Amino acid sequence: MTSSAKAENALELTDLSVAYRVTGRNRAVLRNLSLTIGQGEAYGLVGESGCGKSTVALTVVRYLPRNGSITGGAISLDGQNVMKLDAEALRRARAESVSMVYQDPGKALNPSIRVGRQLTEIFELGGVSGQAATDRAIAMLNRVRISDPVSVMQRYPHQLSGGMQQRVAIAMALANDPSMLILDEPTTGLDATVEAEVLDLIAQLRQELSASILFISHNLAVVSNMCDRVGVLYAGMLVEEGPTEVVFNDPRHPYTVALLRCLPRGGQRKDQGRLDTIPGFLPGIGADIKGCAFADRCALADDRCRSELPPLYDLGGRLSRCFHHDKAQALPRATPSDVAPVPKPAAAPVLRVAGLNKTYASHGHALRAVKDVSLDLRPGETLGLVGESGSGKTTFARLLLGLVPPDEGGTIELEGKALAPRLENRSDDQIKAMQIVFQNPDSALNRSHSIRHLIGRALKRLAGLSGKALEARLNDLVHSVRLTDRHLAVKPRQLSGGLKQRVAIARAFAGDPRIVVCDEPTSALDVSVQAAILNLLADLQSKEDVSYIFISHDLAVVRYLSDKIAVLYLGRIMELGPSEDVFSGPHHPYTEALLSAVPKLDQTETARIRLDGEIPSATNPPSGCVFHTRCPRKIGPICEQQEPPLSEAQAGHSIRCHIPYAELARLQKAVVAEPA
Amino acid sequence: MSAVQTSSPTPDGMRRRGPLTEVFFSLLRSRTFLVGFAIVLFWVACALFGEHFAPYDPLADDIINALAPPSSEHWFGTDQIGRDVFSRVIVGSRDILTVAPLATLLATVAGTALGLVTGYFRGLVDDVVSRILEAFMAIPVVIVALLAIVALGTSKTTVIVVIGLSFAPIIARTVRSAVLAERELDYVAAAQLRHESALHTMFVEILPNVIPPILVETTVRLGYAIFAVATLSFMGFGIQPPSPDWGLSISNNYGMIGGGFWWTVLFDALAIASLVIGVNLAADGVHGALND
Repeated sequence: MTSSAKAENALELTDLSVAYRVTGRNRAVLRNLSLTIGQGEAYGLVGESGCGKSTVALTVVRYLPRNGSITGGAISLDGQNVMKLDAEALRRARAESVSMVYQDPGKALNPSIRVGRQLTEIFELGGVSGQAATDRAIAMLNRVRISDPVSVMQRYPHQLSGGMQQRVAIAMALANDPSMLILDEPTTGLDATVEAEVLDLIAQLRQELSASILFISHNLAVVSNMCDRVGVLYAGMLVEEGPTEVVFNDPRHPYTVALLRCLPRGGQRKDQGRLDTIPGFLPGIGADIKGCAFADRCALADDRCRSELPPLYDLGGRLSRCFHHDKAQALPRATPSDVAPVPKPAAAPVLRVAGLNKTYASHGHALRAVKDVSLDLRPGETLGLVGESGSGKTTFARLLLGLVPPDEGGTIELEGKALAPRLENRSDDQIKAMQIVFQNPDSALNRSHSIRHLIGRALKRLAGLSGKALEARLNDLVHSVRLTDRHLAVKPRQLSGGLKQRVAIARAFAGDPRIVVCDEPTSALDVSVQAAILNLLADLQSKEDVSYIFISHDLAVVRYLSDKIAVLYLGRIMELGPSEDVFSGPHHPYTEALLSAVPKLDQTETARIRLDGEIPSATNPPSGCVFHTRCPRKIGPICEQQEPPLSEAQAGHSIRCHIPYAELARLQKAVVAEPA
Repeated sequence: MSAVQTSSPTPDGMRRRGPLTEVFFSLLRSRTFLVGFAIVLFWVACALFGEHFAPYDPLADDIINALAPPSSEHWFGTDQIGRDVFSRVIVGSRDILTVAPLATLLATVAGTALGLVTGYFRGLVDDVVSRILEAFMAIPVVIVALLAIVALGTSKTTVIVVIGLSFAPIIARTVRSAVLAERELDYVAAAQLRHESALHTMFVEILPNVIPPILVETTVRLGYAIFAVATLSFMGFGIQPPSPDWGLSISNNYGMIGGGFWWTVLFDALAIASLVIGVNLAADGVHGALND
């Protein structure tokens, strides 16, 4: 640890340029990036994937991949010029003054070494050994709010949940009392409830520690809750910077404006208008950029924007790299917001599920992945499935599709006809009526086939088309998901994530389906692409009268698209009802906790309800109400002894809870009224 | 450190180069591959056109010059009946370079089919077929070869079939594990949701995606096949005299090393070694290029 007086700024990047050498050419990734982070300050860096966020993190400690190099500028860490450090000094700086926490804690921890050993090793490098190191490790785990550090230290990383792993990773990062903590998407892979816990922890640690924080995230809401100042990165350039609240409430760069408009906010729903999108694509790395990097995608851009690089205008404590910073918010929408209202005739349900169960055998124990699920879905309606990972959402979807056979007894009816449990036994008409858009298009699209083949094959098999008819329909379909002919000849690998997902959607729609299951279709995508995909799904729905079963961990996204919500916990429906009722409440205590965990952009958080511990094992679910072990509103022994029924509290709105509906309403109103 | 993507999206969100093109370029950059490939290419050239540039007829005897040591006239010396060793080494690549690749091809085709079936169906099919293959792998190649040759008689075809079938289970094992991983991907579920047949799913959907590991395994097996062919002809199976063949030559002459006539054996041995090394270097290069 440096004992000298601290420099004024924890980190200063001056005109930093970084390039990656790809196929023999240096391609610029960061372009003259300058930013400073004050002592004890938390600085958020946001932007879409590919704009250079992680490269910043790696560059700070000169930890670039082999083909990366710093082509200009200076890095000063706590007053120390990082560029001038020799190998040994650099090693010491990495070991002592900077720490990093990465996105995936499962990969950051060594799977074959006990947690305790991994922690004490850090202290041993610092010259503390034996019992003293163990004591410090325990103290460190206490600090990250791990309640039984001694037993956690005995375990291997895989024996810990994702949230616990990330706590351990944070403990390791803090072990040396670093002056600079770099958090690179630290909560991205975690459930919302766990994310909330980890973010709370980081916020608390900020009060206790002096470390400055560089917080990198694509999630604007997370950054807005965690950081004092925020920088918006685009194509390796800083386009806007300023105090977090100011930037998000009063953005002065069209990119920031557009990014914020892509998010479904304030309970926006599909029938209230389409989300805005950002046309075009991020310039590729190393692209030759003449004027403003965003000009090609910006409706405000004029000739000057395209030929001359705008300087960073200082707007009094904040910066914007835009000639038109004064009218950035007047950016016209890229997608018209208006939608034609679709009258919904009350029709017979297209899908009816009754008493569906799925039990797996796991090491001799029964694992009930889905228990007694009944619901129905009308044509043109969207059912949102929410719940933490492990709640049975995906298993339920696979049961419907017939990819996994359910237990005997339950029934699935499609348009009044019972479906065979196994896919092989369903008719061709039945399989084409129910299709799926998978979460990860890289896995869902066969990487060896061209886009034409992928969609064409689906049309052949599902729509029974061939020859000219197939060609014609292929063209229609491709255009209806807003792909162009140029995309047809290529392989999935050559497309961006959003385009791949469009191909997957086209394939699902090949046979004019009645129901499309969307399993986290946007969770791997950037917000601007997510908005475009959500709009597309909404448009297709109003055109084709198709029903969706929409699975997502992002509640704002579910709310935007869903007419009806089912909240799942340990394979059981805890709450089922019209979307607006479920979101506005009164709701099940679990739903309440899920909603409370979502980081909000407008910082109007009213109630903080946090769930302790992790989702219990489905092989040995808790007695009585399965949620009682984590329920903040547990009323007494009845919760542990009797499983509450899923009872209809209001027309169409059912809740599985012992607390009467009126009482839930009173309790939840009280929380909202209390000052946070 | 995760590798940085090598092809970046162009402004319209599309990448230009296909995966195969990239593998090709990465092979051209791999020194290991280029060296190995050059060695193999040299021997292939010898096999195809050796007769034209060999200084002597490899079959012509010249008793007066028998067992002459290497000289400017006979670079590698001559053998017991005065045949030019240099010419015989050059032309001797012909048989080994037909038999070994054909055996490897047979092994690859049979192994791939078995691997696809076991990996795709899993369960009972996998258990039964895999146990049989494991039992097969436990028997040494030479024993199988001896039995087969006794039963079927000596011929190149027998050698190809014996080596091909003994290598098939090894390739099947590699393919099976690759198929098991592919099977978990959602495109297989998507195929099932189109009611595709098992055959279509295996050969049209999965097979193209497991080509890279098959390619690596095939090149590695080719090295072993060359060795196995040489071993069998050393033992007197397969290629028959007077055809020039490396293994056969070593077998005919190794008794004479004691007499100081090392050149009758050394150059054939070096030829086998260089071909195996060349194939292995190329295999390493292919492996590296596909796993970059």
